[in-house]
Amino acid sequence: MLDRATGEAVRTTDGATTRPVRFRGGGFTPAASRWAGLLALAAALGLWQLIGSLALVNPLFLPTPLGILRALFRLAESGALWQHVSVSLLRILSGWALGTASGIAVGFAIGLWRIARSVGITFVSALFPIPKIAVLPLLILWLGIGEQPKIATIALGVFFSTTISVYSGVDAVPRNLIRMAQSFDVPFATIVRKVIWPGALPSILAGFRITASVALMLVVSAEMIGAETGIGTFVLQAGNLMQTDQLMAGILMLSLFGLAVGRLISMLEARLLHWR
Amino acid sequence: MDLIAETISHRFDALDVLHDVSFTVGAGEVVAIVGPSGCGKSTLLSILGGLLQPTAGRALLRGAPPPGSLNPLTFVFQDFALLPWASVAENVAFPLLHTSQSALQRAAAVDDALGRTRLLDFRAVFPKQLSGGMRQRVGIARALVVRPAILLMDEPLSALDSQTRELLMEDFVDLLADGTMGAVYVTHNLEEAVRLADRIVVLSRRPGRIRKVVSVPVKRRERDEASVRTQLLELQNELWSLIRTEAIDAEREVQHA
Repeated sequence: MLDRATGEAVRTTDGATTRPVRFRGGGFTPAASRWAGLLALAAALGLWQLIGSLALVNPLFLPTPLGILRALFRLAESGALWQHVSVSLLRILSGWALGTASGIAVGFAIGLWRIARSVGITFVSALFPIPKIAVLPLLILWLGIGEQPKIATIALGVFFSTTISVYSGVDAVPRNLIRMAQSFDVPFATIVRKVIWPGALPSILAGFRITASVALMLVVSAEMIGAETGIGTFVLQAGNLMQTDQLMAGILMLSLFGLAVGRLISMLEARLLHWR
Repeated sequence: MDLIAETISHRFDALDVLHDVSFTVGAGEVVAIVGPSGCGKSTLLSILGGLLQPTAGRALLRGAPPPGSLNPLTFVFQDFALLPWASVAENVAFPLLHTSQSALQRAAAVDDALGRTRLLDFRAVFPKQLSGGMRQRVGIARALVVRPAILLMDEPLSALDSQTRELLMEDFVDLLADGTMGAVYVTHNLEEAVRLADRIVVLSRRPGRIRKVVSVPVKRRERDEASVRTQLLELQNELWSLIRTEAIDAEREVQHA
């Protein structure tokens, strides 16, 4: 027999030797340590600041964290920050809400009805891979140069991802739960409301995470192509004027927005999916 | 109220599953369905409960359901089929949500069902916090809340360990004791069938046909007594001898599939 046990051998009173059985069951259960993550972030920021303070890198190419914070503070003081952020936020919220509402409706239709599934999946498969920002010029042509084409671009990007996550979620609801409800003569609408909706919710909320990022990417892209205000415009202008501290401040705002949305969705998940 | 299987046959595409199965479950009667793996036991139960349309034949109800019955044919599922996002009480109340009962009536019915299954202390608990046996108790409470005439039980104990099975079997005996509720009990466990059923329908291997209908000659309440154990064991052996060869063939068929 292959003896892989290690450890100290002990001789017992009857002369036989015993060894402790080697523990082999550790690992594969990674638990993230919050403090380790924060510590690593603080160390990276410290190193970055040190590099800047020692003038090892030209601040035109890499401003220091403190320089970026100062730029952010100046922008906040002048009111420019809120002006750009509020415009972008409004575009994101309108586009996301529009895309999410229509995506949920179409996703449920695809998940529940045969004809909607046959037609819907064909269209979604054909249109989903198109980079939505490429459609912006067409949308400007159709909707004019105001807010509508930007909001429509975001809504389109959000719509397809939401549709897919919703009908995947509906498909993933265990059929035995639906059969159980049918065995009690529960009406269709109640089955949708009480079985399919909560059953699909984990997938829908996971979709929200993706669509929030999609909305953020699209708003920046759309604003870089054709807008006078917004974070995307601000970042582009700062880059053109070589104001890298302001450029990084804009990027920091985008990062903070992404973090805030992620946190919000985590809170939603904790509240709505506590049963998992 | 009687439940009648009338010349039921069923095919899944090219697969012949059931052939010409007929029998009647009388009011308050417990009929077990046994047979080798894949003989169509669960398919037959789904057809009897209206969850599957047979290729030929039909399931019929004769007579009126008991007064106050909200769902005369009620399933108890092998995998419990509990809503994981709902508490025990919410799961039990689920079949009542679409009925015309008031909130007060609903709460009273849920309490009654929880009491009968000894779950009153667990009403706020979620399914994931319960053991397999407790989950099946919730499934039984959910079935009882609609005051069924006939329980359709699809291997309700097969996912449970032997001690829990024994305890739940005692519960089944108690629940079915007064004869107000009948049951169709699908199982591959002959001991369970002999312990619980008034009659046992033995199906052949696929396509399932009725090979024999065996009556259990001892009252259900007396089946725990030592004096009848030999008699019941003989009956169990008789059933096994009916099934054994086909069970071996069915197992080989599954292995080669």
